[in-house]
Amino acid sequence: MDAIFTVSGEDTSPHLTPSMPSAPEMQVDSAQRAVGHLSGIASGLLSIATWFAARAFPTLLMLVLLLGVWQVACQHEGAALPSPAKVWAESHDVIIHPFKGMTFDASGYHIGEGGDVGIAGHVLTSLRRVAVGFSLSVIFGVALGILIGQSLFAYRALDPLFQVFRTVPPLAWLPISLAMFQQANPSAIFLIFITAIWPIILNTAAGVQNIPIAYRNVARVLALRPLEYFTKIMLPATVPHMFTGLRIGVGMSWLAIVAAEMVQGGTGVGFFIWDSYNSSLLTDTIVALVWIGLVGFALDRLIGWIGNRIARQS
Amino acid sequence: MAHSYLSIEDVEVSFPTKSGTFTAIRNIDLKVGKGQFVSLIGHSGCGKSTLLNVVAGLVRPTRGVVLLEGEVIEKPGPDRAVIFQDHSLLPWLSVLENVLLAVDKTMEGSSKAERRDWAMHNLELVHMAQAAPKRPAELSGGMKQRVGIARAIAMKPRVLLMDEPFGALDALTRASLQTTVMVIQEQLNNTVLMITHDVDEAVLLSDRVVMMTNGPEATIGDDLAVSLARPRNAIETGNLAEYRRARSAVLHFLHERYSNPLGAAA
Repeated sequence: MDAIFTVSGEDTSPHLTPSMPSAPEMQVDSAQRAVGHLSGIASGLLSIATWFAARAFPTLLMLVLLLGVWQVACQHEGAALPSPAKVWAESHDVIIHPFKGMTFDASGYHIGEGGDVGIAGHVLTSLRRVAVGFSLSVIFGVALGILIGQSLFAYRALDPLFQVFRTVPPLAWLPISLAMFQQANPSAIFLIFITAIWPIILNTAAGVQNIPIAYRNVARVLALRPLEYFTKIMLPATVPHMFTGLRIGVGMSWLAIVAAEMVQGGTGVGFFIWDSYNSSLLTDTIVALVWIGLVGFALDRLIGWIGNRIARQS
Repeated sequence: MAHSYLSIEDVEVSFPTKSGTFTAIRNIDLKVGKGQFVSLIGHSGCGKSTLLNVVAGLVRPTRGVVLLEGEVIEKPGPDRAVIFQDHSLLPWLSVLENVLLAVDKTMEGSSKAERRDWAMHNLELVHMAQAAPKRPAELSGGMKQRVGIARAIAMKPRVLLMDEPFGALDALTRASLQTTVMVIQEQLNNTVLMITHDVDEAVLLSDRVVMMTNGPEATIGDDLAVSLARPRNAIETGNLAEYRRARSAVLHFLHERYSNPLGAAA
């Protein structure tokens, strides 16, 4: 809980009053700052170089190695899967024209009606569904999590249900979802919602239950009102747990949407995969796989980044 | 019988446990006058903290009552500010915001500027005004506890409760905070109930040292008045005969009459 102490020399510093620097000292100071600026750029470049050597280089090396192995394994006649070279040869249209069938203007993007849409269009459709479904699961998940974290009665009433429901695989909800909503889009959104909500509820509840007793005692001694307790203590203390749940939830949403779209058809990146498989365009499927991986990674990092920012500010 | 300012009357606290009822403290009677500085001293597990929590209102007594100016204490409130051993500052708030949280609750009618000034004034009393914008994580243990003290005295409590306030600090830092507390006490003349297991700390700071017997069913074993002139300071006061008398009386109680129940190893 406690961060590292960065201030030393306790009990001598509080009594010191810094004196104003005299004029010559200030000149020396600005000259030093100019030198410091130049060396700042140099050390900046150096640190990028060390970062590359230490972090990016091993990843790139591994990537090249894997592509090489894949190429060797799949380049013979009659291989079950296409080699990387074949992916590029047959699907470079898909790779270099991801925005096919889309138009952009001041109001945003539009996906052309019917048929030939690039992979980015499908990804955006999927992302929009995730955005709506995930937002709903955040609202209801956080509220329910706080409820069961705060009230022992609610916890005993609801936690067993949540523990059972959370193990139901996303796709098992699909028939229920289709029966409820009859249409592809809302049922896909419901599927996201019902997939992402469990980790959000359970982690938020754990966060509320783990608020240190010391903070609760402070609140009691100060006689904070319920709303003040909620905003000043419960929310800030729970944010780290909450974002753990959100991060797991967004990852699961992305897993679920691809599966749902594969079954439902129509639009979205899941549909794109299924469609390319049915059209025997396995190279397109591989391109879509890379997109899904990269977008999923970006979603995860986005939520992690927001969580870190909020935790640092609040 | 007229009530004292703070009156603890026949207080008992027991908890249900798996192996039956556990009585932490029993038959506690203690009267504290306004402006008195009283230390509670005893070995670990003697129920000192339980007693303090009863006065704070954080624990309900199983039997008996605590009266403050004739009113029964039923729940916690800012009129009985607590300085916690672990300082309990909220890590997401700055030093100033931590103090303001308390000030906002106790000065609800005042303007924002007044409340801010009052918070800053109290931070100045503990020499922490320059740390106002910092987060607790940027401060050392002793500095955090200074802020904890500022937060408590800023509430203008009727009783100031200190739960081993310097227990987690090294000896030098502790001595420096003891001095700060004595200087503040000269100015504010708070009514203070302080838990400690440091004999010198108890004698140096207090008007009375209340010694507790070992638990379970701990109670007050002795009550020693310390009639040393104020202002006191660790070096000069420490050489006075009265200081040495009080100190050896407390040591005698703790090590001969009620020696540590856990033995030398604890």
